[in-house]
Amino acid sequence: MSRKAYITLGDRITAATDLVSQSSWWGQIQTWVEVLLTRLGLRGQGLVVAIPYLWLLLFFLIPFAFVLKISLAEAVIARPPYTALIEWTEDAFIDIKLNIANYLFLLQDDLYWKAYLNSVKVALISTAVCLFIGYPMAYSMARANPAWRNVLLMLVILPFWTSFLLRVYAWIGILKNNGVINNILLAFGIIDEPIVMMQTNFAVYVGIVYSYLPFMILPLYANLERLDNTLLEAAADLGCRPIKAFFSITLPLSIPGIIAGSLLVFIPAVGEFVIPALLGGPDTLMIGRVLWDEFFANRDWPVASAVAIAILLLLIIPIMVFQRFQAKEAEAGTA
Amino acid sequence: MAEAHEVDKRLDPWNDPHATPYIRIQNVTKKFGDFTAVNNVSLDIYKNELFCLLGGSGCGKSTLLRMLAGFETPTVGTIYIDDVDMGSIAPYDRPVNMMFQSYALFPHMTVENNIAFGLKQDKEPAAEITKRVADMLELVQLTPFAKRKPHQLSGGQRQRVALARALVKKPKVLLLDEPLGALDKKLREETQFELVNIQEETGVTFIVVTHDQSEAMTLSSRIGVMNEGQIVQTGTPTEIYEYPNSRFVADFIGSVNIFEGRIIEDDPDHVRIESDEAGCPLYIDHGVTASPGARVWVAVRPEKIQLSRDKPNGEDNCTIGTIEEIAYMGDLSIYRVELDTGKRVRVTMPNLVRGTSDRYTWDERIHLSWQASNAVVLMT
Repeated sequence: MSRKAYITLGDRITAATDLVSQSSWWGQIQTWVEVLLTRLGLRGQGLVVAIPYLWLLLFFLIPFAFVLKISLAEAVIARPPYTALIEWTEDAFIDIKLNIANYLFLLQDDLYWKAYLNSVKVALISTAVCLFIGYPMAYSMARANPAWRNVLLMLVILPFWTSFLLRVYAWIGILKNNGVINNILLAFGIIDEPIVMMQTNFAVYVGIVYSYLPFMILPLYANLERLDNTLLEAAADLGCRPIKAFFSITLPLSIPGIIAGSLLVFIPAVGEFVIPALLGGPDTLMIGRVLWDEFFANRDWPVASAVAIAILLLLIIPIMVFQRFQAKEAEAGTA
Repeated sequence: MAEAHEVDKRLDPWNDPHATPYIRIQNVTKKFGDFTAVNNVSLDIYKNELFCLLGGSGCGKSTLLRMLAGFETPTVGTIYIDDVDMGSIAPYDRPVNMMFQSYALFPHMTVENNIAFGLKQDKEPAAEITKRVADMLELVQLTPFAKRKPHQLSGGQRQRVALARALVKKPKVLLLDEPLGALDKKLREETQFELVNIQEETGVTFIVVTHDQSEAMTLSSRIGVMNEGQIVQTGTPTEIYEYPNSRFVADFIGSVNIFEGRIIEDDPDHVRIESDEAGCPLYIDHGVTASPGARVWVAVRPEKIQLSRDKPNGEDNCTIGTIEEIAYMGDLSIYRVELDTGKRVRVTMPNLVRGTSDRYTWDERIHLSWQASNAVVLMT
């Protein structure tokens, strides 16, 4: 019976799949799936490529559509706390209510764009600090004795073995008024009263730089480690001193690593919520915290969703810049 | 005892006792941990020479070159270039430039900027840089490719950019590490002559490192053959080929038949050697400094041996065997002959006439003979 079914259905089914299907129910399901996929124009290679797209569809695009939908609704005191986007009316019409008031609200209330600008500022400064600390570290790792390199690499990755949250909490213990730093300084008589570090912007920077430094170091290291040492020898041979050789050879060739590392720090830092919430003060205005407050304190899901969409759109720009850069690199085919 | 040989001794600087060497390498040793890469090498190289350091991989030739460039410091010994001790001079201050085996072109710079890089380090005026880069591009025939990046060039073009970049600063010495190693055979042969022409045109002293003996033969004014960190023989290509001083050199350059034997007669003008391997008395028309009875080796190049069906006159340098293998190479044929003593001998004969039916064939009994002047006695 199944034989007939797919002979009429599929025109591109091969004899090989005939044999696989045989008689068992499993074989039949396989055949049907294959027929379906074939009808959709998916075979072999196409299927392999389809898997990541399917993943993106399921775990990115569909949730994104939900958030987008909520952002266009109105807040109500109900469960769920927003109005439905599509409604069947009494007389069998579909009623679509698109509410862009949430977006307009974002523009009207300066809290949101101030929070966004502040997040970008914090992320930019943190990225720059990560770069200045991370570059020399990555460079010395790449120049280290090969036997040492893996040990150093392990040390960079080691913090990931502990929970991110715990590590941020640990910084509270270090930075607070009777914490490690203040106690040491007091004990040595360097200061008379504790320096207030907790719940300041400084603590937020410390937290972000500390947490995201490995994301800067790893791509930079990968890039610098591949750098051909004979290029530096050639530069020296042509009369270039080591410091100048660094700026005219090493640095330009590590730009892809710098960009990759910077984006890996910048993008999550913009939306960072945990670090400002735990280490920052009440005046540390960051978009991640605003988002949290809208969702859980105000229970205004539509506005919170609008904030989320706005962050996403504003973050897509640097990602696209990076993508374009990578495409250009690939085209140039760095040999 | 007699001079081993008397080749054409023109006014070559290495034969002139009054000439001052341009590069003097004196008792240089380089150790990496326990490993001795270069072992007590002394070498004089003269101005305008194209000197080849020839040897197998790991013989220390590249290390010696890197010491000249300043990338490695000798453990012991001194290197002088134009009478200046290079000991304390950093690579970026040396009057030498190097062409790297991998070319080491800067991938983020255009051909033009790669070539200009060295001149920019010297802070030459911009107009001067532009002019010299243009001249160099013309010399290596790359003018249309000035704006390209290295990855947009073919292997041969990259090689020429590397050469131009190293030459543009008019160095006192140009060091070339396997300059033709990455090119295919045909291109390599063309480029060999190009390299020699450029050397003659620019008048720069070239030191070339290579493992390819035919490359060394075509390129160089002199060759230094290296083995296990030492220079085993220095000489012109002819000297190295015709008068090798050891079995290593004889075997490394070209192919050779070596017969072990004992000296039975040693006079100023000839030497007679008894050899079980050859199956005949060996007579060589030059004397050696050895006592009778000493164990020596006699080297005969394959192309120096004649084959004949009839027994040649005389007993010396004349033996008999059976043709075992024949390899037809087009321009010449290689015969492998098993002597009656069991020793296998390689003989090459040019195919002067097309399609002779009278050619020697497999399993044929054949007489082998060579002139007294065509063999060399080797003491080691």
